[in-house]
Amino acid sequence: MYVWIWHHLPGNAWWKALQSLVLVAAVSALLLFVIFPWLEPRLWFTKVTVGD
Amino acid sequence: MTQADHDEPVDSAAGALDDRPEPTPKKRDWVLFGLRGAGQTLITAGVVILLFVVYEVWITNIFTHIEQTKIKNQLVQEWAKGEDPIVGLPGTNSSSIPTGTGIANLYIPRFGQDYQFAIVEGTDQNALAKGPGHYGGTALPGQVGNFSVAGHRVGKGEPFLNLDELQPGDPVVVQTASTWFVYRVLGDTSTKNLTTPDAQGVVGREIVAPSDGKVILPVPNKPGTAASQALMTMTTCTPKFTATDRMIVHAVLATTYPTSGAKPPADLLAAIGGTL
Repeated sequence: MYVWIWHHLPGNAWWKALQSLVLVAAVSALLLFVIFPWLEPRLWFTKVTVGD
Repeated sequence: MTQADHDEPVDSAAGALDDRPEPTPKKRDWVLFGLRGAGQTLITAGVVILLFVVYEVWITNIFTHIEQTKIKNQLVQEWAKGEDPIVGLPGTNSSSIPTGTGIANLYIPRFGQDYQFAIVEGTDQNALAKGPGHYGGTALPGQVGNFSVAGHRVGKGEPFLNLDELQPGDPVVVQTASTWFVYRVLGDTSTKNLTTPDAQGVVGREIVAPSDGKVILPVPNKPGTAASQALMTMTTCTPKFTATDRMIVHAVLATTYPTSGAKPPADLLAAIGGTL
């Protein structure tokens, strides 16, 4: 998958590297601010209350 | 072509034809192809899980800090206007306070001078993401009964990260609009034994199963017994990073001081031997 993405990014190696960083940042932000906040309440290990 | 032309990968010279996989591997290369795919998938999964840990122990603290700042400011404003989210409502009991509303400030000197959290009403996930939450239906600060508060151990501001460090006699200070309440952790202050029960059989600290709601009864672990003293109970998860059990710390109201201005009264500071 990563090889495929690398081949399809335009420009020279430096330009591809820069775009790769932007892609990584975008995916990380999506995970941290959208997917994880949605996922977390559905997991079991963040409970701190008693009697439920 | 200028570099700006490269912004859209889809528009690159090769176009739609290149949407198929890389040049079809020869048959004997399929094993290599599969291994590489599996390896990349595993690495990706590892990175995502690491990122989730970062989220849990760091990013959620930032979210909670933002919420805490809002709630603390709101409390300061309400108290300055002479309003109290607790007694401001007619026929106040805690169930009439909206979930997520700030009700009091919590100070625990053992956790450091900068330790201050606004306690919010309610213990659902949304409330606890804002800060330590008051179990609805349990006593309010200072009331006879059991003022019970749940808080996260790791992440979400981690108000009760160091709950295991509390010793018998340690002050737990709760500030409301009208009063400063000083609770003291139960247990034997001379031997530092947290499991020494008081006259009603309440210990300083206990570890219980998550389903054990009896620890927040008016008299903990004594269903049907009428309360005679004002207790405070704090609950969090234990061991750290798990939800296997619950760590429970009980404290009893020792002294109260009327609020005068935003600063803690001098005699309160003298009584706890420090600053807030």
